[in-house]
Amino acid sequence: MTPRRRRLTLVLGIVTGVAIAGGFTLRALRANVMFFFDPSQVVQGEAPRDQRFRLGGMVEKGSVHRTPGSLEVSFVVTDFKHELPVRYTGVLPDLFREGQGVVAHGRLGANGVFVADEVLAKHDEKYMPPEVARALKKEAGSTAGGARSGS
Amino acid sequence: MLPELGHFALILALLLAALQAFFGIAGAHLQRDRWLAAVAPAVAGQFVLVATAIACLEAAFVNFDFSVRYVAENSNSALPLFYRISALWGAHEGSLLLWIFLLSSWTLAVAVGATRLPPRFGARVLGVLGLVSFGFLLFTLATSNPFVRLIPAAPDGRDLNPILQDPALAIHPPILYTGYVGFAVAFAFACAAMLEGRLDQAWARWTRPWTTFAWAFLTVGIALGSFWAYYELGWGGFWFWDPVENASFMPWLAGTALIHSLAVTDKRGLFKSWTLLLALLAFSLSLLGTFLVRSGVLVSVHSFAADPMRGIFILTFLVIMIGGALVLYAWRAPLLRSSAGFELGARESFLLFNNILLVIAAAIVFGGTMAPLIADALGLPTLSVGTPYFNPTFLMPILPLLALLPIGLNANWKRGRLAEKERGILVSLAIAVALALAVALGLFGGAGVLTLVGLTLGAWIILASLVDPIDRYRRKLTLSRAIVGMTIAHIGIGLFVTSISVVQSFTEEHDVALARGESALVSGYQIRFDGVQPMEGPNYDGTRGTLVVTHHGVLVGTFNPEKRHYFVQGAVTTESAIRVTRVTNLLLALGDDLGAGRWSVRIQVRPLMSLVWLAALVMAIGGAVAGSDRRYRLAARSAAEAAPAAAPAREPAG
Repeated sequence: MTPRRRRLTLVLGIVTGVAIAGGFTLRALRANVMFFFDPSQVVQGEAPRDQRFRLGGMVEKGSVHRTPGSLEVSFVVTDFKHELPVRYTGVLPDLFREGQGVVAHGRLGANGVFVADEVLAKHDEKYMPPEVARALKKEAGSTAGGARSGS
Repeated sequence: MLPELGHFALILALLLAALQAFFGIAGAHLQRDRWLAAVAPAVAGQFVLVATAIACLEAAFVNFDFSVRYVAENSNSALPLFYRISALWGAHEGSLLLWIFLLSSWTLAVAVGATRLPPRFGARVLGVLGLVSFGFLLFTLATSNPFVRLIPAAPDGRDLNPILQDPALAIHPPILYTGYVGFAVAFAFACAAMLEGRLDQAWARWTRPWTTFAWAFLTVGIALGSFWAYYELGWGGFWFWDPVENASFMPWLAGTALIHSLAVTDKRGLFKSWTLLLALLAFSLSLLGTFLVRSGVLVSVHSFAADPMRGIFILTFLVIMIGGALVLYAWRAPLLRSSAGFELGARESFLLFNNILLVIAAAIVFGGTMAPLIADALGLPTLSVGTPYFNPTFLMPILPLLALLPIGLNANWKRGRLAEKERGILVSLAIAVALALAVALGLFGGAGVLTLVGLTLGAWIILASLVDPIDRYRRKLTLSRAIVGMTIAHIGIGLFVTSISVVQSFTEEHDVALARGESALVSGYQIRFDGVQPMEGPNYDGTRGTLVVTHHGVLVGTFNPEKRHYFVQGAVTTESAIRVTRVTNLLLALGDDLGAGRWSVRIQVRPLMSLVWLAALVMAIGGAVAGSDRRYRLAARSAAEAAPAAAPAREPAG
């Protein structure tokens, strides 16, 4: 190839590649992004019924219940204004605790129970997922006794 | 006294870095050769000072000096010596100091090697490195000084984050940073070439070994991080597409592209400006990675705002460094023309596709990593991007890349015909398909299309990498280290593709509830739970479970996963029990006390898991072998010998 044709191929190749990749990437992003909702938004019907989303808030004190001897566990996520019951089957993360921040991935069931397929409470105990901290700050106002700011 | 000495050493190092940058860049530009002589001593002095600083901080950690705030925040009187040493890079301030120390070490190595480079060019390289060092030292001293005292001193420290108390994670940051910082050398070579306005094949030859070594370190660093996530986080996954992981993976992708682009510039004098751009990109992504991970931007945009000084400094630094280099590029790159041509089927074409596809892959990772940050900055709804996005999109550029590899490896420079290599390529493909089918059907009893494609590509890459070395061996041609190293690295890629295909397709994962004496059956492994006992460690206590595993009646072993409770931070960590048996990783992790005498247990069977990390190690070894080829050193020497003849009046620069 002559230098000129090579340059042309190069530019065309790059442009086509970037365009294709960009298109696919945007499509994949739109299809696979998960949005975050706090209990108040879910209770007010803002969360999607047919899509997975992230639910975040505090695990309400005294709300964790287990069927003895089974992996099923239920707890309540609160932002101090509204509560949402959550069901989960599996091993909970190390830092999952009552009165601490939590993020759950899953879907909203027809009965208003959030069925989680993944529960996250990673990082150290001082850490609170940023969305949770913001949601609590927004909703709790002066009532937030346990709402330490994340960071 | 020692912390003050360390602090003072850092301030002096900052001054020396400024001198190094000034004398290097200005001296070369104004052709004051006397100034150049000051550059190497500044490099050496800076290394000694930074080493002093880091030694002072280590001393504070080792001697439990809780009057230093950073030590009080990241250590504890019960912390074992090994973790007191590694606690230095357990948080932001110390990580920066480690970064600076590694940068001054690389710079010292370049200064030693630079005696073989043309003096002005070498001075420019060291000058640019001095500039980078200056920025980091200023950032550390202005916003993240690890030597700040705590008055009154804390009676005891707040302890190192328990999940960082682990051997793999203790050595992970230094190795990863050695890789990151190594790209600073490639960056400095690129900037020096642009300042000089001249980029020839010799330039590529000087740059190649540095880049390859940096890349090898980065590879090992990423693999160690993945290994740590696998066994320490207790979730048993090895790659989460977590922003922190992506931050290290993006420079790796750009660095891989750079290595290949440099090969073309070296051999054929082509892709010059593209190579420069990749060198800038690789280092920019390294900088971004360093800052994103340690500044806390990725964990929380809020903590970023919590220390606005730090955030603004980071942004300014990134803009000056990357923006400055890009302006230099826009100004100087048009000077660098390449004139040679090549045919469509020539090796140059394949390496061009390699570069395009790798950059696209990096862009995809970048998009997914930054999307939540961008959405947040624009006030859009909070979103998160995870595996469902990354896995399919990342494969789009990577599958064609892997498919072109076996052909491109055997293509000739300049000429488009594969000629005698065609038979080798086709035969290796046929064998690869047969092997993939045999493994998938014979060992695992069936597999999906993607698994078969992955297995075939993996085997094909390994076999096709051997075609050329075998051919050379038969014809009694010499096998240089560069070729041997390249072959090893590509075999590493093949092993990686093979093992990741198997792991992704045939992993079995279950959470089960077990009472004492009960068993679970997963992939032919019988796992019997024999109860739990309390246990005690130096700075934690906890619970240890006992599980006996048999495979078709044959004892595999007794597993003791632990659940630890660290006193100081009150954190609970899961220590999984892992054993490799019949090339399969068996991971057992203890969950919670479920009541009624039962415990939850996570069971994971991952065939060929260890090979994923071993493959990364093979790639890195290949890189190290290739980077140590004699050709690169000879090239540098002959250039230095030629230089004084061209400019007889020039004084030698240190």
